[in-house]
Amino acid sequence: MTDLNTLTLAEARDKLRAKDVTSVELTEACLKAAGAAGKLNAFVHDTPDIALAQAKAADERIAKGDAPAMCGLPIGVKDLFCTKGVPSQAASRILEGFKPEYESTITGQLFDAGTVMLGKLNMDEFAMGSSNETSVYGNAVNPWKVDDRELTPGGSSGGSASAVAADLCLAATGTDTGGSIRQPAAFTGIVGIKPTYGRCSRWGVAAFASSLDQAGPMTKTVRDAAIMLEAMCGHDAKDSTSANLPVPDFEAMLTGDIKGKKIGIPREYHMDGMPEEIEALWADGRKMLESAGAEMVDISLPHTKYALPTYYVIAPAEASSNLARYDGVRYGHRATLAAGDGINEMYEKTRAEGFGHEVQRRVMVGTYVLSAGFYDAYYNRARKVRALIKRDFDDAFAAGIDAILTPATPSPAFGLGEMIDADPVQMYLNDVFTVTVNLAGLPGIAVPTGLDAKGLPLGLQLIGRPWEEGDLLNTAYALEQAAGFVAKPQKWW
Amino acid sequence: MLDLTYETPKPKVIAGAKHDWELVIGMEVHAQVSSNAKLFSGASTKFGAEPNSNVAFVDAAMPGMLPVINEYCVEQAVRTGLGLNAEINLFSAFDRKNYFYPDLPQGYQISQLYHPIVGEGEILVDMGPGVARLVRVERIHLEQDAGKSIHDMDPNMSFVDLNRTGVALMEIVSRPDIRGPEEAAAYVTKLRQILRYLGTCDGNMQNGNLRADVNVSICRAGQYEKYMETQDFSYLGTRCEIKNMNSMRFIQMAIEVEARRQIAIVEAGGEVVQETRLYDPDKNETRSMRSKEEAHDYRYFPDPDLLPLEIEQDWIDGIKATLPELPDVKKARFVGDFGLSEYDASVLTADAENAQFFEAAAQGRDGKLAANWIINELFGRLKKEDHDIAQSPVSPAQIGQIVDLIKSDAISGKIAKDVFEICYTTGRDPSEIVETEGMKQVTDTGAIESAVDEIIAANPAQVEKAKANPKLAGWFVGQVMKATGGKANPKAVNELVAAKLGL
Repeated sequence: MTDLNTLTLAEARDKLRAKDVTSVELTEACLKAAGAAGKLNAFVHDTPDIALAQAKAADERIAKGDAPAMCGLPIGVKDLFCTKGVPSQAASRILEGFKPEYESTITGQLFDAGTVMLGKLNMDEFAMGSSNETSVYGNAVNPWKVDDRELTPGGSSGGSASAVAADLCLAATGTDTGGSIRQPAAFTGIVGIKPTYGRCSRWGVAAFASSLDQAGPMTKTVRDAAIMLEAMCGHDAKDSTSANLPVPDFEAMLTGDIKGKKIGIPREYHMDGMPEEIEALWADGRKMLESAGAEMVDISLPHTKYALPTYYVIAPAEASSNLARYDGVRYGHRATLAAGDGINEMYEKTRAEGFGHEVQRRVMVGTYVLSAGFYDAYYNRARKVRALIKRDFDDAFAAGIDAILTPATPSPAFGLGEMIDADPVQMYLNDVFTVTVNLAGLPGIAVPTGLDAKGLPLGLQLIGRPWEEGDLLNTAYALEQAAGFVAKPQKWW
Repeated sequence: MLDLTYETPKPKVIAGAKHDWELVIGMEVHAQVSSNAKLFSGASTKFGAEPNSNVAFVDAAMPGMLPVINEYCVEQAVRTGLGLNAEINLFSAFDRKNYFYPDLPQGYQISQLYHPIVGEGEILVDMGPGVARLVRVERIHLEQDAGKSIHDMDPNMSFVDLNRTGVALMEIVSRPDIRGPEEAAAYVTKLRQILRYLGTCDGNMQNGNLRADVNVSICRAGQYEKYMETQDFSYLGTRCEIKNMNSMRFIQMAIEVEARRQIAIVEAGGEVVQETRLYDPDKNETRSMRSKEEAHDYRYFPDPDLLPLEIEQDWIDGIKATLPELPDVKKARFVGDFGLSEYDASVLTADAENAQFFEAAAQGRDGKLAANWIINELFGRLKKEDHDIAQSPVSPAQIGQIVDLIKSDAISGKIAKDVFEICYTTGRDPSEIVETEGMKQVTDTGAIESAVDEIIAANPAQVEKAKANPKLAGWFVGQVMKATGGKANPKAVNELVAAKLGL
């Protein structure tokens, strides 16, 4: 059993329960795989000691028969999550050396369930980016490759996607503000779900845009997503926006039976200039769900075209305020000051050195759209449009639609560095199919359903009704079954 | 029906070189909410702790930390609103006010700009018996306090204490209805009194738990009335805001000096510039802190970490049911039920504890007499020792006993003062003191009569004089009092002397 790291969560769980393997064995296999995958730059901080201690403890629990589903399963944690005593930098220089004295609610829940943390995963700085290239650690690399071109694993949860796709861990946590779970999942041929806003606690996850941020699992299969999501979500009194709702047994809802379900195909998601193979993939998905017994319905979400500009007003506005706390006063990076420098110089130099360009750009955009005289024209208008975008979805669901099928991304993974000189808006277009879901607070899942002509994975997105992740996962499960996506990247790292 | 009628005071008029000018003042009072924990964290609000010891992760704005509203602070704000007869908003929301400062760890203050929890209310500001100004309250909102920057501990560095960071404040915003420095101080006094009655703010100005930003402008006679008619601010002068005043005396001095500054500018043909100013009590002047152009752009927007605050009318009604009797009503009741003068009633109701003490002492007795004893004797004695009513060694029941002893003619008012002093220093009960020390006045007419007879017999010349001039009977009274060691009932002595002398 040399390739325990290639197991899914469900397989590993079953083997643990059957005493076929131990958590320590699983953990060692993953640590070994991760240790040999430096070229992917997925892990930015390894925690082998913690992992092995957790694995031993998990094995004891399993021996006693006290083993929740996630018990003993080694995962990676996105660097955005604060993990007690472990560097948690949101891939930013401004949090240089920062080790929180607290554990995020989600990682705390996972650890309480016996989950093993292998280390912290790469990401775009403060989750701002779609290629993992804004990280202070340098970019993570997609394990999928075309010729000699190194590709982006997507972003912002690029390290998570790369690590899961390359079997460096069984699964990983991600966060999604505008597509940061779903786009990298699609780029790397794995599954990623962003649950309904309020499902997962945001406490202890460094904030990017508070009204949009949601954490979720990134896994090898839909079943794994169901297992891990259940362990991650739940009400948290420490997060005022967390929903006080019962958490269903998501895995038990995976029947694959979607007969009679109404799946909407939104016409506005046919974008000008979208590659033919994305259109084809989408059409295939439609057929697959139809064959599985779903009723496919063409629908309209008329305000879709305003989603991207709306998102790029609201998210930077909130970010500009959320990132104000990184001022060099209490923790993290502080610039060396010259004689005579005062507090303003300290702020300016610290933040100029500590934040990368993309973060600076968004802080400036956000500051601008909130400033006196511009607030109504930008931020307030964006809030109104956001309400209209949400209403589009509400109307569709009210008309009996159970889920909506769209492409996850407008293209397959692109080459690292290819967008460096491009207009930032080109990069923002990556989120075109995913931001609407964050703006409306809905659950969305990316499922790999095919390969492009060059052999790169492509994914479709399913959008569900609020709080009905179980139903959404089941539809995704049916799609996964129908697609039969089994391709794996060829190991080169 | 309680009588709360009053006359409106005249506005303060300051004579400039050319004209007379009236003052128009509005106040923003920051009152620290009395609560054990902060507005959005569980950290303690205790004053005087070691620097940076009352700091939760969210107060220090650690990454990923989130605010959770302290329901008790909301209740306190609602209670305050109810105490000011204000409209309570069932829907309110929190906004972020963004600016950089080292004692503001989040880089924003959580406040309520767009939807405050309390709307329009009012405060009746007493300016003396029968004279009062009704000042309109525009709104009350909840917000976080900032920490404290300390600049004088090191020549090169500043220090920050976050103990105060995140403590709940109520910002109580008045309309520009205050018309002079004395009224401004009286407004703060009255507001402080109500807050203390309600138990929503301890009103400690020295610790900064109650501080005021004062907006001052000047106008010519008649302009204010036009503003009141139309609510059009253009009838009023340009205002300047004097920040962070925490002394009644300085509030008055700052308003006066700021008004004179503005008058000088306007009379010299200049224009007052709207700006924020600081008062320097050493130089008795206000100085520009930042101009309108330099003013921060706070970039307010709804705080996405907090849901709108929605409260139920039933909950408000429940709070309303627990409101104490407030100063205006209590004062009127003291006048009505105990026959007190408005002045005495004001003194006794200035503080809820004083009022409570008085009522306990006066219950079922001569309220006026009880009031006199409390105000003149007890308060005087307490003040001498710098004590407040809670530290009084004399209980309300003991004051009651003194009143009873006087009313039953058991002791004279003069003896009563001696009894009070013994009671104050030893804590012994007045009735026991009178009994044990033999201080009871002699009301036995037989004993007094024989004393009168003796004195008359011993002083025939005086008797003749007194018969010619009845005013001299007082001499006999004095002699009798002397002979009885002051314990004879003066009324009985008077009557007997008059009868014996045949006056």
